Amino acid sequence: MESLGSIITYVVIVLAIVVFSILAVTTRKILRAATYLLFALFATAAVYFKLDYEFLGGVQIAVYAGGIVVLVVFAILLTTHPGSNSERLASRSRRLGLVAGLAAFAAGAYSLISRCELLAPAPEMSNPDMDKIGTALLGSDHFQYLLPFEAVSVLLLACIIGGVVVARKR
Amino acid sequence: MEINALYYLIPSLIMFACGVYGFITRRNMIAMLISLELMLNSVDMNFVVFNRFLFPGQMEGMFFTLFAIAIAAAETALAIAIVVNVYRANNDIDVRDICKMKF
Amino acid sequence: MATSAILILAIPLLMFLFLGLTGKYMPHRYAGILGTLGMGITLILAYTVAFQYFFSGNPEFIDADGNRLQHIVFNYEWLNFYDNLSIHLGFLLDPISAMMLVVITTISFMVHLYSNGYMRDHHGVWETGFQRFYAFLSLFSFSMLGLVVATNIFQMYIFWELVGASSYLLIGFYYTKPSAVSASKKAFIVTRFADLGFLIGILVLSFYTGFFDFTALTSVPVDGLADTYSVSAGTAEGIRSIFENSAAPMFMGASVLTWALVLIFMGGMGKSAMMPLHIWLPDAMEGPTPVSALIHAATMVVAGVYLVARLFPLYLMETAALDIITVVGALTALYAAMVACTQIDIKRVLAFSTISQIAFMMVSLGVTRIDHSTALGHEVHEGLGYMASMFHLFTHAMFKALLFLGAGALIHAIGSNDYTAMHGLRKYMPVTHITFLVGCLAIAGIIPFAGFFSKDEILTACFGHSAVWAIWMALVAGLTAFYMFRLYFLIFWWKEHKIHEGHHAPHDQPWTMTLPLVILAVVSVIAGFVPFGSLVTWNGHPITGDGFLANLQNLNWGVAAMSLAIAVIAIIIATVMYKKENTIPEKMRAALPNLWRWCHHRFYWDELYQFITHRIIFGLVCRPIAWFDRHIIDGTMDALADVTNKTSCAIRGFQSGNVHMYVWIYLIGAVLLGAVTMICVL
Repeated sequence: MESLGSIITYVVIVLAIVVFSILAVTTRKILRAATYLLFALFATAAVYFKLDYEFLGGVQIAVYAGGIVVLVVFAILLTTHPGSNSERLASRSRRLGLVAGLAAFAAGAYSLISRCELLAPAPEMSNPDMDKIGTALLGSDHFQYLLPFEAVSVLLLACIIGGVVVARKR
Repeated sequence: MEINALYYLIPSLIMFACGVYGFITRRNMIAMLISLELMLNSVDMNFVVFNRFLFPGQMEGMFFTLFAIAIAAAETALAIAIVVNVYRANNDIDVRDICKMKF
Repeated sequence: MATSAILILAIPLLMFLFLGLTGKYMPHRYAGILGTLGMGITLILAYTVAFQYFFSGNPEFIDADGNRLQHIVFNYEWLNFYDNLSIHLGFLLDPISAMMLVVITTISFMVHLYSNGYMRDHHGVWETGFQRFYAFLSLFSFSMLGLVVATNIFQMYIFWELVGASSYLLIGFYYTKPSAVSASKKAFIVTRFADLGFLIGILVLSFYTGFFDFTALTSVPVDGLADTYSVSAGTAEGIRSIFENSAAPMFMGASVLTWALVLIFMGGMGKSAMMPLHIWLPDAMEGPTPVSALIHAATMVVAGVYLVARLFPLYLMETAALDIITVVGALTALYAAMVACTQIDIKRVLAFSTISQIAFMMVSLGVTRIDHSTALGHEVHEGLGYMASMFHLFTHAMFKALLFLGAGALIHAIGSNDYTAMHGLRKYMPVTHITFLVGCLAIAGIIPFAGFFSKDEILTACFGHSAVWAIWMALVAGLTAFYMFRLYFLIFWWKEHKIHEGHHAPHDQPWTMTLPLVILAVVSVIAGFVPFGSLVTWNGHPITGDGFLANLQNLNWGVAAMSLAIAVIAIIIATVMYKKENTIPEKMRAALPNLWRWCHHRFYWDELYQFITHRIIFGLVCRPIAWFDRHIIDGTMDALADVTNKTSCAIRGFQSGNVHMYVWIYLIGAVLLGAVTMICVL
């Protein structure tokens, strides 16, 4: 049995996820959409914390909330005329979107529910400490991730150069 | 009440469905990008949840999410560079106006 | 020695590269001077090397008994495939290669010098591509020198192809002239075809014996040669057993060794224009005349003779191959001499004369045996034919180059190849006249000119083998004298031209052209006294003394008197017929219309080849293949391209640039994929 506090935290987090996700895709002001995205990302970070992945939660906040959303906001400020709303959606397009979204939901839900082993309670587990994470990230043994780590660093470099090349003034 | 994996997976699924809806309906490229981030985020969450509930002794799901976050950051940066460039060329970022390079 | 040997090959090669790459940027005159100078240095080096080899008495070159030895100056490994198969590039010095060094460098130098005058017109305007011409001449000299000094049969083959290629380039020098282009192609293709046989011969020979080396191939077949080739007794024994084991297999009634030798001779037939592969040589006269003198008279065309001489001990082992050589040579000699009597183009006459004379050399090699024999009561030295063949090669190179260069001077002065445009030129071009006459006397075999001695030795060797061939060849020699003097009289006598008077009267050419003529004429007079019998023999043992009059003392006077009589009679007939304008030639032609027509059309060999290649090969083989290629193979490819193109056009609408459409397509695809997976799992 979960403690009551845990259940309350859970409910708040889930509500935040659902509400902010829906708001992020339905609001007509683009800057607000970015803000709701930020909250949805925070709620995700909260999920990570709740599941005892503290490092991951920290990364989620630092990179997603701190980095990506700031980038998006910059882009919005650069490209949007102040005060403009996006146009109202045609009902047909909205209906199509709804159908697609619900179809995705239904398919996912069906496949989840049809797997009964997912209903098992959470096993006992402690928060993986930084020692283990660091060793795994920079080791080259089995279940260690030096190569992807380096690959990602190269990717980021390529991305920086690509960003500069694409966006620079000619 | 017992909180099992499904309790986390369903909200994540809702987030994903929202992403799909937004990606299909929005015309603004940045709004589409936001929807994309939602979908990506829900998938990340799935990895963590599976790791936590099904393979508690290991860290693969977590690391997958970690790398996915890094790649998402890179992808967003590039996407935004492209958006800025499109804006410079078209003076707006409506996705319907960028079909000049078709065929 | 080694330095000179390397330089002999390196200077022409470097000259080719230098003139070929930078010739365009230098004045014509300098290119000519440079090329001539380079060849002059090569000439001096080659003379030095040959002189050292023949006369220095160095024990490396001549042993205590006076036998001339084979000496390998250097031999680098070039390609090593595995332990038993490697290809060397080297420099082999023996009597014939030293003799060839002298011949090639002499003629090449004369031609280099001569071309300075020939390759510009009367107003001093240089021929287009003059520098290219000199570059090609250098390339040819390099290739020919590399060919004669080859230490192994593969090196010889490499340079053999190189001389073929440079001959192609030089025949096609006037590449804007369609006839020159087709002549160069014809020469290349015919000799290439012959070289196919050569290559197969090499492969068969080396497959069964395991050798490429000339030393290994030729030191053993006949007893008593190992000393000459500086091969130790043990090695010789080993090689001999290999030969005995490997040369035995039979194929279609002849041993593989015979097959290999006949196939190798086929290569020689192509290069030396023996019947039936002679058709390229008359057409090769489309090239500039100095080229004809160098390549198609004196050096490259005797490569076939040289090849047989090089492998001569092997041929001695298989006398069947020698008999084939004799027959081919004798037929070619007669054929070419008959055709030469009816040609109008003076270069063609000389070309057929060349074919005929090379056939003499071939016959001479073919009749050589090493048993003792007699000719008209006198003893014939063993291996006399070999010596005679090389001797004739030497003298023929000199006087035929002289004749060609003389013809070049005439053509340069008149601007036409036909003797009908010449007639009575003796007063206008006295130097050319005298030197040409010397050449004619030499080739006709009048004592004491060079051709007399070498031809006499050949006839003696023929008598030693079989009287039939000897009489046959004596008749051909008579024909030779006849057609050469017919040519001489038709050019310089016949009737006096009046149109040449005045400003444009033909005259002798500049010194660059007359000097080579004079030098070669002098050489043609004295070359007969070179004591070949003591210098160049098949096994290195001298067969005559080495004094200046040795040839005179060793003459077989019976044979000499006969050949001299035949030559004089032939010359008298030619004088009667052609010295003054008269109707005897017309009457002769009318009396023998068919013979004349066949000779004039060269016995329709070209037409025969034309028929075989066009009607049979092109019509029956190539056309169906071409059809198959064009319609089936190309058709398949075209169809593939067409289908791809049409499909692309049809589906390119998908690339609308509309991102939402992409999303929908992706989504539907993902859902379908998920559904399929689901169905499979369930």
